[in-house]
Amino acid sequence: MRKLSLENINKLFAAVAEDKTLYLPVDQSDGSAKYSKWAEGTVWSNALNTVRSPKDLFFPQTEDLMEFKTEGKNIEVIDIRKESEDFVIFGVRACDVKSFEVLDRVFLSEPVDSYYASRREHAVIVSLACSRPSETCFCTTFGIDAINPEGDVSAWKTATDIYFKANTEKGEEFLASIEALTEESDDTAVNEQKAKTADIMKKLPLADLTTDSFGGGKTEELWNNPVWDEFSQTCLGCGTCTFVCPTCQCYDIKDFDTGNGVIRYRCWDSCMYSEFTRMAHGNNRLTQKERFRQRFMHKLVYYPENNGGLFSCVGCGRCLSKCPISMNIAKVMRKIGGDK
Amino acid sequence: MNMREDTLIPKVGVITDVRIDTPDIKTFRVVTPDGKKAFDHRPGQCAMLSIPGVGEAMFSITSSPTNTEYMEFSIKKCGCVTEWLHQAEVGQQLTIRGPYGNPFPVDDVFAGKNMLFIAGGVGLAPLRSVINYCRHYRDRYGDIDIVYGSRSKDDLLDYKEIIEEWSNDAGVKVHLTIDNPQEGWNGHVGFVPNYVKELNFDTNKTAVLCGPPIMIKFTLEGLCSMGFDKTQIYTTLELRMKCGVGKCGRCNVGSKYVCKDGPVFRCDELDELPDEY
Ligand SMILES: Cc1cc2nc3c(=O)[nH]c(=O)nc-3n(C[C@H](O)[C@H](O)[C@H](O)COP(=O)(O)OP(=O)(O)OC[C@H]3O[C@@H](n4cnc5c(N)ncnc54)[C@H](O)[C@@H]3O)c2cc1C
Ligand code: SF4
Ligand code: SF4
Ligand code: FES
Repeated sequence: MRKLSLENINKLFAAVAEDKTLYLPVDQSDGSAKYSKWAEGTVWSNALNTVRSPKDLFFPQTEDLMEFKTEGKNIEVIDIRKESEDFVIFGVRACDVKSFEVLDRVFLSEPVDSYYASRREHAVIVSLACSRPSETCFCTTFGIDAINPEGDVSAWKTATDIYFKANTEKGEEFLASIEALTEESDDTAVNEQKAKTADIMKKLPLADLTTDSFGGGKTEELWNNPVWDEFSQTCLGCGTCTFVCPTCQCYDIKDFDTGNGVIRYRCWDSCMYSEFTRMAHGNNRLTQKERFRQRFMHKLVYYPENNGGLFSCVGCGRCLSKCPISMNIAKVMRKIGGDK
Repeated sequence: MNMREDTLIPKVGVITDVRIDTPDIKTFRVVTPDGKKAFDHRPGQCAMLSIPGVGEAMFSITSSPTNTEYMEFSIKKCGCVTEWLHQAEVGQQLTIRGPYGNPFPVDDVFAGKNMLFIAGGVGLAPLRSVINYCRHYRDRYGDIDIVYGSRSKDDLLDYKEIIEEWSNDAGVKVHLTIDNPQEGWNGHVGFVPNYVKELNFDTNKTAVLCGPPIMIKFTLEGLCSMGFDKTQIYTTLELRMKCGVGKCGRCNVGSKYVCKDGPVFRCDELDELPDEY
């Protein structure tokens, strides 16, 4: 384990930023935190987590895919892809680290999405263990360990120091690159903090939420549950839950005429939107009930069915704090699973 | 730059022939600018065609894989891309990517079987690929029955090919029908599901259905009441699509993505899926 005094954290950031772009949570003027590019003077946020998830860095909200030039009846396709630069995402919470695995299984399965893959290959993920989990957190429900986050490097922050441990080859390289700034240390302080955090985790309001009622093969059983009707009544179909969600990956492909050619781009889309599935001969999800059901069935049943039991929710709690009508996946799980 | 291929980046294709089939369906012949087929496919697979600036849409490849020279698409006018294509002329370029989806099991399950094809309207487009494949390898299949119906005589797709080629093949029977009586039509009049019941087929056949959802529903019921088992019946689903490869999240029915796990499904497999298509 390597250790660095928090007094010197900006020296570390400066060293990392010398040859790689560094992203980390930074406080915004509205009080929220957001993954931002580090530059001299940037202050690392103390917030528990960012409002927008770090999926933006691999799967941006909008992204140009290719360009076309047309002349008369002729079309030229222009490949505008660029290999991603190397970058580091620093301070990623355990839930968000897990979300990358959920996205990987979609974008890196054949045929590989080259846009996502390029960024993913060039990224080093430095995770950060939680010490002050909040009442909207329920990562443990999905088997995620907030005090031992995954990633290329795991980090633990105490009141005075930050500790690092490499988990992958990329992580070893990262630690080697900052070796001069850090010193070898035992894990006493880290273990003390882990024990404290584990105690808090046990007392969180959602600590007892389980996935027992969900998983692959449960479609028939859950499809006609009255919860879909009842809970979708007030859903605004605003899509906020899908946009803040680190694992939501639905996208649309659209063309934009620049006047000097056409850019084909993709942008996030949402299964909560009425247009999402509309076709020439009708819409197979006519009401908000069907769309609402799709979102939760996907995360809790369809995705695990296709991905060896892995759920497509990481319990980050973003949708819990952001839904304008206070609807969320934890409520749905409680209602269906009973208060166990 | 040396990046891997990406299925979202299409090839350029060029329209080399436009055939007016019906008042709202045209059939387009497409090759690459150097005159080749854009890619190989299997019967039942689809391709994404696009006109940059207008949009991209999924279409069945209606020509058979045994046609090594070009691909054909029968396209019904109903929105941005399709309307644009309908006013396109020979020589117009477009973009094409694919092939997408799971094909009909023509070489294993269908081999040696008596085939019953049932189509309504533009639903003949995906079936034409299989029908011509079976006709090409005629000795690999038993009797072939084709039931095809549309609103009127003028709305029958591939009419010339049906009359001049399919109807003249040994062991191939074509049963055409139109919804309402029409001058100059002395064939059958009535909806496809009823006609199928009247024809009262032997159940020793493998059936392939394609058409509007309502036609599929009633025909399927009819076949089952005639004694067909759902494991003998295949159909294709059509949902809104963007990526074609199970990533944009748009076309799922339960845990299946129609773009990659379909569009071809056996009817008993459909029973396992939630009723949302
Ligand atoms: C697997 C598969 C195979 C298919 N095979 C074929 C085939 O072989 N042949 C074929 O013809 N079709 C086929 N289709 C259907 C075809 O993909 C659709 O008809 C096509 O996507 C329509 O594209 P479009 O851009 O013309 O329509 P869009 O412009 O996307 O319009 C779709 C619908 O929305 C409506 N609409 C469009 N714009 C607006 C607006 N601004 N306001 C309100 N309503 C609007 C249109 O009227 C239409 O009803 C297939 C589809 C799938 C999924
Ligand atoms: S569904 Fe909600 S809690 Fe689960 S990962 Fe998405 S935003 Fe987080
Ligand atoms: S954020 Fe809430 S209101 Fe908006 S779509 Fe999601 S569940 Fe519905
Ligand atoms: S079209 Fe994108 S998932 Fe099927």
